[in-house]
Amino acid sequence: MKRLPLSKKLFSKNNTDNEVGSKIPTDNTEDYYASQWSLIWKKLKKHKLARFSLAFLIIFYLGVIFADFIAPQGLQEYQSDYSNTPPMQIHFFDTEGNFHLRPFVYGIESTRHPETYRKVFVEDRDVMYPIQFFTEGKEYKLLGLIPTNIHLFGVEEPGEIFILGTDGMGRDLFSRLVIGSRVSLSIPLVGVAISLVIGLILGGISGYFGGWIDAIIQRIIELFRSFPTLPLWMALSAAIPAGIDVVMMYLYIVIIISFIEWTGLARVVRGQFMSLKNEEYVLAARIAGVSTPKIISKHLVPGIISYLVVAVTLAIPGMILAETAMSFLGLGIRSPATSWGVLLQEAQQIDNVALYPWKLIPLFFVIFSVLCFNFFGDGLRDAADPYKR
Amino acid sequence: MLKYILRRIILVIPVLILVSVIVFFIIQLPPGDYVTHFAAEMAAQGETLTQEEMDELRATLNLDRHWFVQYLFWMKDILLHFDFGHSFNYDEPVTAVIDRYMALTLIVSFITMAFTYLVAIPIGIYSAVKHYSIGDYIASTIGFLGMATPNFLLAIILMYFSYVNFGDPLLGLFSSEYENAAWSWGKVWDLAKHMVIPIIVIGTASTAGLIRIMRGQLLDEINKPNVVTARSKGLSESRILFKYPTRAALNPIVSTFGWTLSNIFTGSTITAIVLNLPIQGPVMYNALLGQDMYLAGTWLLFMAILTVLGTLISDILLAWLDPKIRTEIKGG
Amino acid sequence: MNVNNIKQQPEEKPLLSVKNLNIEIQMDNAVLNAVDGVSFNIEKGKTLGLVGESGCGKSLTSRSIMSLNPKECETTGEILYNSTIDKKMNNVNIVDLDPTGKKVRSIRGKKISMIFQEPMTALSPLYTIGNQIMEAILLHRTKNKKEAKKIALEMLRKVGISDEEKRFDQYPHEFSGGMRQRVVIAMALSCNPELLIADEPTTALDVTIQAQVMELMKSLQYEFGMAILLVTHDLGVIAEMCDEVAVMYLGKVVEKASVREIFYNPKHPYTKGLIKSMPKLGSEKKRLEPIEGTVPLAINMRNKCGFYDRCSERIAGVCDVKAVPDTQLSADHSVRCFLYSEYGEEEKNA
Repeated sequence: MKRLPLSKKLFSKNNTDNEVGSKIPTDNTEDYYASQWSLIWKKLKKHKLARFSLAFLIIFYLGVIFADFIAPQGLQEYQSDYSNTPPMQIHFFDTEGNFHLRPFVYGIESTRHPETYRKVFVEDRDVMYPIQFFTEGKEYKLLGLIPTNIHLFGVEEPGEIFILGTDGMGRDLFSRLVIGSRVSLSIPLVGVAISLVIGLILGGISGYFGGWIDAIIQRIIELFRSFPTLPLWMALSAAIPAGIDVVMMYLYIVIIISFIEWTGLARVVRGQFMSLKNEEYVLAARIAGVSTPKIISKHLVPGIISYLVVAVTLAIPGMILAETAMSFLGLGIRSPATSWGVLLQEAQQIDNVALYPWKLIPLFFVIFSVLCFNFFGDGLRDAADPYKR
Repeated sequence: MLKYILRRIILVIPVLILVSVIVFFIIQLPPGDYVTHFAAEMAAQGETLTQEEMDELRATLNLDRHWFVQYLFWMKDILLHFDFGHSFNYDEPVTAVIDRYMALTLIVSFITMAFTYLVAIPIGIYSAVKHYSIGDYIASTIGFLGMATPNFLLAIILMYFSYVNFGDPLLGLFSSEYENAAWSWGKVWDLAKHMVIPIIVIGTASTAGLIRIMRGQLLDEINKPNVVTARSKGLSESRILFKYPTRAALNPIVSTFGWTLSNIFTGSTITAIVLNLPIQGPVMYNALLGQDMYLAGTWLLFMAILTVLGTLISDILLAWLDPKIRTEIKGG
Repeated sequence: MNVNNIKQQPEEKPLLSVKNLNIEIQMDNAVLNAVDGVSFNIEKGKTLGLVGESGCGKSLTSRSIMSLNPKECETTGEILYNSTIDKKMNNVNIVDLDPTGKKVRSIRGKKISMIFQEPMTALSPLYTIGNQIMEAILLHRTKNKKEAKKIALEMLRKVGISDEEKRFDQYPHEFSGGMRQRVVIAMALSCNPELLIADEPTTALDVTIQAQVMELMKSLQYEFGMAILLVTHDLGVIAEMCDEVAVMYLGKVVEKASVREIFYNPKHPYTKGLIKSMPKLGSEKKRLEPIEGTVPLAINMRNKCGFYDRCSERIAGVCDVKAVPDTQLSADHSVRCFLYSEYGEEEKNA
């Protein structure tokens, strides 16, 4: 992989020179006729890190779609007896060393620590709860449409299964994490979509028409960019009225996050439009009398779409982090809705982390999803670059 | 050159005016005002304010006027008396509140910035030169993790480690015994100890970003024909590296210098809240939540000015460093 | 263009002698024989042209003489350098030298120097051209800055840059392409090298500028007496500049002869094709004849003539089954083709 660009550089640098001999492609003909996207896909498949990242992202988003089904419990279900339960172990071998094909958990019981008098949980090895799949539980609507009460896994009453432990109120962390990912992973997508629409329109107008329109739009973008991102987010979030419903809150957050982001995308679009509109093929189209909207939609947009996809992918991680930060500070998503940032609020106190370290688990999901988007975006950028092999 | 700088500074002024209007608009956006907030606080203490009392208070504070009128009042005081208004929460002039926290804020910010550049540039150069070596992979991995971890959470993790290993989460910037003591070597040492975590935490994200930029730029530059030309003259490798690719790679980094400046100021906010640092961030956060509008507004305005100035500084530096831009300026 | 003087004196070693040079590049799943068994000599004060299509390995060959190739290029064989001015530099095999070491650096820029194809990118945009010219002078000729500047200014004058005092402090972007190439030439000649390697020195320039630069190089060669290795794909340039020509195809030298022989008596089908594809002044309005097909990749081409697929005179069952040997036709003409080897003759007769 790493040597290819070099040989490419050494051997085909002067392809455009007026060389002796002809150069009709004879081999690799399939590459010459492949569409841009199948070429990008082909190159992307070679990029190992990007491929893995894509796979994980798909898993993440499947989790978002089927969150209610995967989570054994609902968002607000709590068992006050089980507050701050550490993650439970899933066993395949019982105390006598017998293997069970169906994994199981032991019952848990709480006792007081002899010195600190804190509640500690120990496994009650006498009771076994085999993990059951497709069990019945809380009612929900699958994909928001089909009412059902089937969950991916669970254990029979009165057993409990907390594979990632519980929070201070005794709510299952895993369930909250999966359901919280719906907010944490969808806000960046919606935010990026909004930024993209604004960026595409304003950047496109700016780049295509140029002149005074461009100058005005550029000043507006500069104005937005001269705001410090974080304080601006904080100030705007502070303006969200208390007690509004979840959907409105979600929309507010998305808009706040996209508030500055669109300027970056607008710049990408503008720059690309500016260079593309002077390309010969666009000039040719214009001389042939093709209308402006048609030139934009047929020639310019397809030309920049790969850049846009890359820019969009690389804009997402920042949005994930932004949402997490705001929710963490209590300025973003607020209870009863949940996101990863909300879950991390409990980790704000150092004693809480010291005593119940599993409360940092959502952090790893944040880091991991951000990494995946970064790696995937990098891979995409390399793949979309026509000058790289 | 001087003309260019002057022209740029003049261009900045309308931007700043617009920014200040928007800042003020945002600040008064939250529903209710300081008076409602104050009334709620009084109510919590068992006292109730009558509607007349509230209106009276509003009138004295000019809060009953249209926001733009309030803005004009505010601006007039700033420009004529350098008076940024009154902090309701602290019951002091805003400048006094900011003054109190400024020194430590500056210390933390500048040390963090120095840390960022001193760490990132050498690592970036190393990563590019020893491209695909183990060291490069380690640096890249740390870089990626650094960028992906929200820094306030990194703060929690480091605090946790410090707590587990040293029995002290190193919260704040001073231990309790030095908090109000006069400056002494002991106090400086105590401050230094407490600054380690904040600097790492605040600096990590920008360091990671800078390493990546430096590495990428240098890799581009290292393969340029002018490096081969330099080599064909018989120059030594290290001489070539520093004179040509490194120098060229520094240009875009210098051009982001201004951004880094304001980023480090603002990036410390959340970390400072988590770590309970006695610097601007937490104060302003509370001001925002408590609708202490002049304090919050002044702070936002400062940050915006810093960002604008940062961009200005970057542009000037770039013009000074890049001969192409330099001659363009001379010519035009 | 002295054609009759090519025959070597047996006692006198050539300035540079490339013997069986191989450069391999490891690809994803194959080895690319980018340069394959290339041999040639460069005599003191003479000009050798290295001609071929892009990708034939001519640039790699020329750069390996200064060991400037990236480390991914596995280089074997001999590049023997016999300095006439430095007696310690006798029979030095450049291939064996550490590419970043002191010895090779004392050759680079001082005894052998190079002109590159792209005058736009060969100069760093960040330093004045004076700075960049003085660099080599300060390194190899004098430590005195004033003296170095004097030499640099003189070089600028010699390459035809007027107003050199002012130009000295300007940046590359203030120069046109042709002017920049002059600067690059001044830079390369600033230490009086024995050998100048010019890698497509005129490709990136306008035709009129090309002629000027060529003229300049010729007159400077006359003045300084250095040898030139001229790498190009332009046969016109070869005809004008060279004493001897080596034609490269797919990493191999397929024909090597004096310039007169190459143009009036080409032997290899590829050379013939090249000459046919060249526009000639005063000829009838005939279509130029291109060579059919493209250059294949030099992978697994050892046991086959690389030109086989495009050759109009190929002998099936001969040219595609074994390595082609070099045939010496006369003292100054050799060709690598079965049509002229004894084996080929047999086949043809049979």
